Amino acid sequence: MQYLKQINTWFLCVAVTLAAPVWADEKSQKQGLKIAQERKDRDRGWQNSVAEITMILRNASGQEATREMRVDSLEMQEDGDKALTVFESPRDVSGTAFLSFSHAMEPDEQWIYLPAIKRVKRIASRNKSGPFMSSEFAFEDMTSFEVEKFNYDFLREDTYQGDKVYVIEQIPQDEFSGYSKQIVWIDQEHYRVRKVDFFDRKGDELKTLEFEDYESYEVDGKTFWRPKRSYMFNHQTGKSTELITDELVFKQDLDESDFDKNSLRRAR
Amino acid sequence: MQKLPEWMKWCLHSPKLAILIFILLCSVTGWGAQNLYFRGDYKVFFEPDNPQRKAFEDMQNIFNKSENVSFLIVPKEDTVYQSDTFELIYQLTEDAWQLPLSTRVESISNYQHTYAEDEDLVVTDLVREGQYDSDHVNWVKNVVQSVPEIDGRLVSDTGDVAVINATIQLPDGDQTKEVIEIADYARELQTKYEQAFPDHEIYLTGMVIMNDAFAVAAQDDAQTLIPLMFVVITIMIALLTRSVVAALATLLIVGSCIVVTMGLAGWAGIFLSTATVNVPTMVMTLAVADCIHVIVSFRQYARQGMAKHEALTESLRVNTKPVFITSATTAIGFLMLNFSAVPILSDLGNMTAVGVMFACLFSLTVLPAILNLAPLRVPTEADTTHSKYLQASEWICRHYRRILPISVFVVVVAMVASTNNVLNDIAVKYFDDSSTFRQAVNVQEETMGGMSNIDFVIYTEQEYGVTDPDVLQKVDAFSTWLSVQPEVHHVTSFSDTMKRLNMNMNNDAPSAYRLPDTQEEASQYLLLYEMSLPYGLDLNNQIDINKSAVRVIAVLDNLGSNEFTEFERRAKAQFKQLAPQLRVEAASPPLMFAHIGARNMKNMVWGTILALVLISGLIIIALRSWRLGLVSLMTNLIPAGIGFGVWGILSGQINMALSVVLSMTMGIIVDDTVHFLSKYQLARHRGQSVREAVGYTFATVGQALVTTTIVLAAGFGILMLSSFRLNSDMGTLTVIIIVAALLVDLLFLPAFLMWLDRKKEQSRGEKDAISETN
Repeated sequence: MQYLKQINTWFLCVAVTLAAPVWADEKSQKQGLKIAQERKDRDRGWQNSVAEITMILRNASGQEATREMRVDSLEMQEDGDKALTVFESPRDVSGTAFLSFSHAMEPDEQWIYLPAIKRVKRIASRNKSGPFMSSEFAFEDMTSFEVEKFNYDFLREDTYQGDKVYVIEQIPQDEFSGYSKQIVWIDQEHYRVRKVDFFDRKGDELKTLEFEDYESYEVDGKTFWRPKRSYMFNHQTGKSTELITDELVFKQDLDESDFDKNSLRRAR
Repeated sequence: MQKLPEWMKWCLHSPKLAILIFILLCSVTGWGAQNLYFRGDYKVFFEPDNPQRKAFEDMQNIFNKSENVSFLIVPKEDTVYQSDTFELIYQLTEDAWQLPLSTRVESISNYQHTYAEDEDLVVTDLVREGQYDSDHVNWVKNVVQSVPEIDGRLVSDTGDVAVINATIQLPDGDQTKEVIEIADYARELQTKYEQAFPDHEIYLTGMVIMNDAFAVAAQDDAQTLIPLMFVVITIMIALLTRSVVAALATLLIVGSCIVVTMGLAGWAGIFLSTATVNVPTMVMTLAVADCIHVIVSFRQYARQGMAKHEALTESLRVNTKPVFITSATTAIGFLMLNFSAVPILSDLGNMTAVGVMFACLFSLTVLPAILNLAPLRVPTEADTTHSKYLQASEWICRHYRRILPISVFVVVVAMVASTNNVLNDIAVKYFDDSSTFRQAVNVQEETMGGMSNIDFVIYTEQEYGVTDPDVLQKVDAFSTWLSVQPEVHHVTSFSDTMKRLNMNMNNDAPSAYRLPDTQEEASQYLLLYEMSLPYGLDLNNQIDINKSAVRVIAVLDNLGSNEFTEFERRAKAQFKQLAPQLRVEAASPPLMFAHIGARNMKNMVWGTILALVLISGLIIIALRSWRLGLVSLMTNLIPAGIGFGVWGILSGQINMALSVVLSMTMGIIVDDTVHFLSKYQLARHRGQSVREAVGYTFATVGQALVTTTIVLAAGFGILMLSSFRLNSDMGTLTVIIIVAALLVDLLFLPAFLMWLDRKKEQSRGEKDAISETN
């Protein structure tokens, strides 16, 4: 019996040693989740916004293409946000409007209005991972951040461009995501995302997104930060896309009725 | 005969110091070999400013790269339209995303099929997980037959084969490590799925696999040919010298030449490739020839009773000049490969030229030093070969009136036969049937037709130009023209996608399967479609970011170079006629290979002419006779003529490696002529008749000529065993030319001299006017 007890003690020791990193893991996961929740909380209450955006596409040989669009966004409390994007240039697709309801766990709902045939078409596909307007941004990069979309793990603290940041890993929950994971740099002061590294489904580095020139906006006494410039670089193809916010206003006269299939037709 | 230079004497007198310096030299230069690395990609065949390569790279920068790995799925029974096969395709397609550096995977399972449903555009995978039942299989079968983008590309026309195509984004520069990694991973998948689905065979093709096959071919050559070479050389030396010490000394010289050559290549930053991997074999061959000259003469003199030291000095005295001239002409011949349009053939030429000169240096200095130091036994049996060569010369002199016309006849026949040769550079056919890559290519050729693509890019030079109905209509007409050409198997055209979208937007009415009427419609349909595609399946490989250029991909039979470039010309002319205001460019790796042969040949003509001039100049200086110099020119050219004639009968396929054989062998075959003519001249100067002079020449150099030819033929003959056509063809043609050179020098040359100097026969002793100057 004495002998057995000894074994048990040994066994316990080994088990504890083996389990230690798992505990640490659980701890860092909790920490990662906390940072993500804080990030989301800091960005609650902006209600709605209207932005004028210029999108510049570049390929490996330096060729450039510019697209302009207006994006109306509506914050939803218990769901992903709604967005209405109206393309203003190039001329051939001018007036085309794109409506999306993003959801945390179910597939997003999307419609597009084509002025050439004056019809609204639902986009019935699993395009989440696909490129938005043939840019380096995927649909899933453009939709609103929801905490439930990912599993988190806190990696380390670091400095980024002179600011203290948290570096966390987030793993998409949706099996149709194009990513195996993302590494996100979030500054400690304002919980703003400064940089994201995207990894493709085989685990290779695919893209890097950098947010620059954050500007603050006041909505009902709360401060919200929006980047003036987002730069996405694809490491595998050498292509890049720059999103520049030319104009951004909050608290416009917008409600849910401005974000339905009928509103698409009069979106112009 | 001239005196031996002081420094050569010094080597003989202070062998230990000479060997020490030699060892130091070898270590310092050989150290550079660690800088050598291997490059297995096909781009090593093309200079960076090669126009076809540039066109291709420009295209790759505008569109996504199109290096690929293809899995051919061949069910052992029936067609691919069965549940098992569908499961295999679905799973392998998913797994293929895990291939390192893959950016896109296409197969019938993830093909983005579009159809209309309740006024909406549905975009969906053709086969999703679990959709393997017979109803679904039949539905897919129907879809495939109505979609030209799949039919003939992702499934063969007959349905025997399905293709899973993974696009790979390779880094710039040396990609060998990545290529091997990718190919290994692809083979793992292949094995895994062949085991899981035993009723199917899976083959691997594609550019990445071809690059890997280049690496494998070079490795095979290095692993089999070089050791084999050592065996042959050892046997050769043992037979010719009948002395262990001499054999070891020769092996040492040969080995050191390789070390120095490869070391210097390393210092020079040259990389190894399928061509240069055989430099050791060539250097070895040429070095052995030098060593044998020195050793054989040394033995002759020793047999005559000379002391070792004396015999060595004497051997060097008679051999220095011919060995140097041979080496110099050989080096010149190899250096002329710098004219080649193929960079790795230039490397081959430079490395071999350096190796040849070191072989010359070492065999004249270090070899005698070693022989002087080593204990050496000299056999004393009498030599009987002399009389045989003498008899042969008498026979030729008696029959020269018959030999001459027969020779002329043979040359004429060869010239006629050489017109059979056609330029043919098809990269996939560089590999012989023992290569697994070639086997896969054969299967693909049988089932899918060829795999040679030409990508046509149509530039409109304006944003959203590709949705202009006029442009679309031109693109469509061009695609239609392409697809009815007999050599074309499949055409991927954006106009087909556009027609399909137009139909989908009109509730799938078959009558709406046509191009949209307005530019707005086309642009907006395209936008809708593009917004519906998932990661990795976008249209970036067909349309540039400005929507100003569109790529049409035609897959053709694996045609020969001339037919392929002719097709390119024809297609471009057709497009010019269809749409004179639009610019079209064609590019693809097969097109690069199709052009390289002709370009290389054109460049090598200059290389060969220059080699001829330089070598003939050297001979004229060496023999101090214009007349004999011109005779040598003829005997140097005839073997090449015969060689290409025989080749025309044997094969007739000229690839880029063969177009360099001419200047490469010129230096080697000159050896025979120089030896022959210098001895002949010597005898004539002594006042002998033509007949006597020929007899003297046969007796003195006959054996040496036969011996070197055997050594060289054996050495280059080894290359014939390479599974890589560029190397084996080069070996075969070189052997043919070398043997032809020997026959020309032993049969035609004496007969020709008999005829040429027949008048002087009467007035024996009269000297050549120019040769008086010496």
